[in-house]
Amino acid sequence: MTGDRVMGESIMGPTVEIVLFVFMIGLAFYIASLRSLFAAAMLFGIFSLLSAGALTMMDAVDVAFTEAAVGAGISTVLILGALGLTTSVETRPIHHRFTAKLVVTATGLMLAYGTLDMPAYGDPDAPINKHVAPHYLYDSETEIGIPNVVTSVLASYRGYDTYGETTVVLTAAVGAILLLGGGVARRRRETGSSE
Amino acid sequence: MNVFVVGMIGVLTTMLLALTRAFMGPTVFDRVLAANMFGTKTVLLIAVSGFLTGRPEWLDLALLYALMNFIGMIALLRFSKFQNLASDEQAK
Repeated sequence: MTGDRVMGESIMGPTVEIVLFVFMIGLAFYIASLRSLFAAAMLFGIFSLLSAGALTMMDAVDVAFTEAAVGAGISTVLILGALGLTTSVETRPIHHRFTAKLVVTATGLMLAYGTLDMPAYGDPDAPINKHVAPHYLYDSETEIGIPNVVTSVLASYRGYDTYGETTVVLTAAVGAILLLGGGVARRRRETGSSE
Repeated sequence: MNVFVVGMIGVLTTMLLALTRAFMGPTVFDRVLAANMFGTKTVLLIAVSGFLTGRPEWLDLALLYALMNFIGMIALLRFSKFQNLASDEQAK
């Protein structure tokens, strides 16, 4: 298995990631020039699938899946729902967009400059791989007793954090159910009383 | 040459073709078709890269992406027919 993996990666290298990033850049520029918002919504879905593919190639499978679920799944539905309430063609801007382009380019350059400081992708000497990661990898099975390292980090080392997140999600779900279900129950009661 | 490398090159080429159709697509349905095809290409990309890097378990992930693509596609087609997602009245 490991031999296969090394062979496959040495042949392809980061080529696939680079190709996917080139596609993403081209697509982003095309979306920015589009006037039809319906087409833009569709192309955003494609963009999200591309970035999910790139993240999968970089071994961040869970992040990639979230990106695909949120970007290509729910966001498309929400954007289309919003388009149903407005028009689906963007109006021409009244003034020139030079300032906006300047701000966007400057921000992009600053972000790119910020990445120069960061350790290389997959560097074993990066701080994130030096701090607590080795402790989790080597000692979590004896300390916690769960063979899956991710599970023991989520459920034990960061147990309070996970507990808080679960509470937030539960509260949101209860709120949504109360808002949606309340309407249905009231309507049913009203139609029931009129019969 | 590894057969999966050839497969990867093929998938990337088809992705480029689907993108070209999405860019040019004169009608909405060309773009819908391109978006749907691009979802399928993502599924194939993940499946091939799983085998390329020696982790065929990624096939399960690819299946989930296929389901995800289906939701977006239903929303797109529904919108193009009814002009909104809530009512069943067809647009005039």
